[in-house]
Amino acid sequence: MKRRSIVKYAAVAAALSLGLTACGSGGGDAKAAGTVRVTLANHVWTEGIKAAIPEFEKATGLKVELTQLGEDQLSDQYNVKLNAGSDEIDVMMYRPLQEGKAFAKNGYLADLTSKVSADANWDWKDYQEGPVKASTVDGKVVGVPIITEREVLYYRKDLLQAAGVQVPKTMDELEAAAKKIAAANPDTAGFVARTAKSAAVTQFSSFLYSFGGDFTDADGKSAVGSDAAKKAYSFYGGLIKNYGPKNVSTDMSWPEAMAIFTQGKAAFYTEADSLYKNATDPAKSKVADKVGFAALPAGPAGSKPYNIPSWGLAVNNASGNQDNAWKFIQWATSKDRTLAAQKAGVPGPRASVWADPAGTSTYPKDLAEAIATSAKNGVGHDRPQVITVGKAREIVGEPIVASITGADASSAADSANEAFQKFLDSEKK
Amino acid sequence: MSVLNTSRGDTRRGAGRGAARPPVPRKSFSAWANRHRKWLFAAPAMIFVGVLIVFPLAWTLYLSLTDSQGSVRAATEFIGLENYVTVLSDVERFWPAVGRTLSFTGVALACEVVLGMGIALLLWRPFRGEKWVRVAILLPLVATPVAVGMMWRLIFDPNIGFVNQLLGMIGIPPQPWLSGQDTALGTTIFMDIWQWTPMVVLILLAGLTSLSEEPDEAARMDGANAFQRFFFITLPLMMPTVIVAILLRGIDALKTFDILYATKGKGGGSFHEVETLNVYAYGLSFDYNQYGLSSAVLILFFMIIIGTMWLLTMRKKAVSK
Repeated sequence: MKRRSIVKYAAVAAALSLGLTACGSGGGDAKAAGTVRVTLANHVWTEGIKAAIPEFEKATGLKVELTQLGEDQLSDQYNVKLNAGSDEIDVMMYRPLQEGKAFAKNGYLADLTSKVSADANWDWKDYQEGPVKASTVDGKVVGVPIITEREVLYYRKDLLQAAGVQVPKTMDELEAAAKKIAAANPDTAGFVARTAKSAAVTQFSSFLYSFGGDFTDADGKSAVGSDAAKKAYSFYGGLIKNYGPKNVSTDMSWPEAMAIFTQGKAAFYTEADSLYKNATDPAKSKVADKVGFAALPAGPAGSKPYNIPSWGLAVNNASGNQDNAWKFIQWATSKDRTLAAQKAGVPGPRASVWADPAGTSTYPKDLAEAIATSAKNGVGHDRPQVITVGKAREIVGEPIVASITGADASSAADSANEAFQKFLDSEKK
Repeated sequence: MSVLNTSRGDTRRGAGRGAARPPVPRKSFSAWANRHRKWLFAAPAMIFVGVLIVFPLAWTLYLSLTDSQGSVRAATEFIGLENYVTVLSDVERFWPAVGRTLSFTGVALACEVVLGMGIALLLWRPFRGEKWVRVAILLPLVATPVAVGMMWRLIFDPNIGFVNQLLGMIGIPPQPWLSGQDTALGTTIFMDIWQWTPMVVLILLAGLTSLSEEPDEAARMDGANAFQRFFFITLPLMMPTVIVAILLRGIDALKTFDILYATKGKGGGSFHEVETLNVYAYGLSFDYNQYGLSSAVLILFFMIIIGTMWLLTMRKKAVSK
């Protein structure tokens, strides 16, 4: 009796699942109709591509279905859809340093190694080394970088001039200048930067490297408790605590910090160069004509900003439409498109575009110089290089917040060091 | 799952028997349908419950007993109650989150019921412009929680926010509100009260209008004052309605997610200052990809909700008697 009912139940379940598969078999249809389903993040780069998509459709006869999402929604979507093995996404915009390792480990990303080297005209060799490294996992190319960024110093020309200070070349000069300007202008902060535990990690990383530290040492052990790291933590947090905005919130990511700077409420701001348009566009910034740019000031170990690919394009491994997906990527990352994007204010990963004077023609001159310097001394990562990056960022970000709120950065760094080592051990298992 | 199983089994068995009788198939189907109508009519609801409630719950329970992480399709190992041990011994994130969930719900609920009762009593008797006042009071209820979160975030901004500007005018120094480690939870509770008191008003007002006038009138004749009439007549008569309001609003408040996420983001802020169980479970699963652990938290959370509901229903039964 019991067995019979189990058999029957299995039959019903099979029928149901067949029905469900029938509903979900959009993949095959899309392939037949020549559709590429592309999921992109909200970004200046995406706006440019969106406007150019009709060109691609005309040239290839393929139809592009575009889904555009905010950063957090995008990563939630991937978590749900890729986890379920969905083939509803063909091309996906992803963050190589944030999700790359985890996605590759889970088998979400198609191996593009043979595809990237197949077309000499498209030229994979043209890509800068750092971005290529970040898009390669275990020797396999899993993504094509599209946007690169470095941390630079944004500053207010007028405030510096009024205070009679030079553009700071070292961290000590930066602190002195911030102090002087904050003292002279009670309503203006000397310095502002990201303060939220997780969001601040990437912008703090350049300070960490410039003070001679890193998140892990050469043996892959936690290094956030080193003397250099402790100094970096207390310097970054101290700048914000002592010369930052009054009542500073510890929830600021770039939109909040950028808003303070563009409202004219801060003299110095360290942030990714790829966001510069927010500060120089008169529609978004009250101080658009007064913003200057410089390379990150040098710490005890020199000026060592990160130089990373913040976004890349990858192909969903479960997609039945991988060849068309690759056609889209090849077009979207071609030299022409990269140059067009870069002219619109999105720093790209192609060496030839940077070498071309047209590639930097639309950039403020000081920003182009800062980028060139940073690309030379840059470090290829801006966050711990682990699988569960989200958790690691929260751990190593703890001392930043502690330092901003005036707690002892050194003891916070010690406990973060212990927690981070434990985390690294758990990932090795 | 077992409910679904028997129902399916039975209907199929019936079908088998029907098919065994040779004559007219259509007639035999209607006879079969007639014989099993209780299953047939209940089937859609049972399938719905099975697919949308029982299955996800059973799956979460299963996940909570495995070491699933990274990808749910990756190989997992059955680890028994290990996740529960890990979660229950976690004093850094789990227990504070339990505390915040309960205090958020407790404080918000208490304020909402007291305020809601007050407003409902004011709106009970007809007055001029009553319609407009009612509409105005119900407005927060129809706003999207995420939009509400964004709105209050701007109002409470420590530097440019309206509240601090207002305080500045009367000489009070700016407060950190949402960005303060100690003030954030209180501020989100305030937002919850602002948004959900109208719902309590709505329920209580419905209860009030259905009360009969006689007991109140009799008390008035006997010389009871307004205070006595409320506490000894209206409130006891209203108790079943009040408990319904507490039940509905309480379960909802325990599960609050949107305004917390909209104002403080993943992890409930840099110090986890507004991290409730729901926010914690979300972070475990969407940020850390630790599905096993996250499921264990959710199962425990589910048990807390069931427990609270059970207590309140018991209380309601006692009151009704």
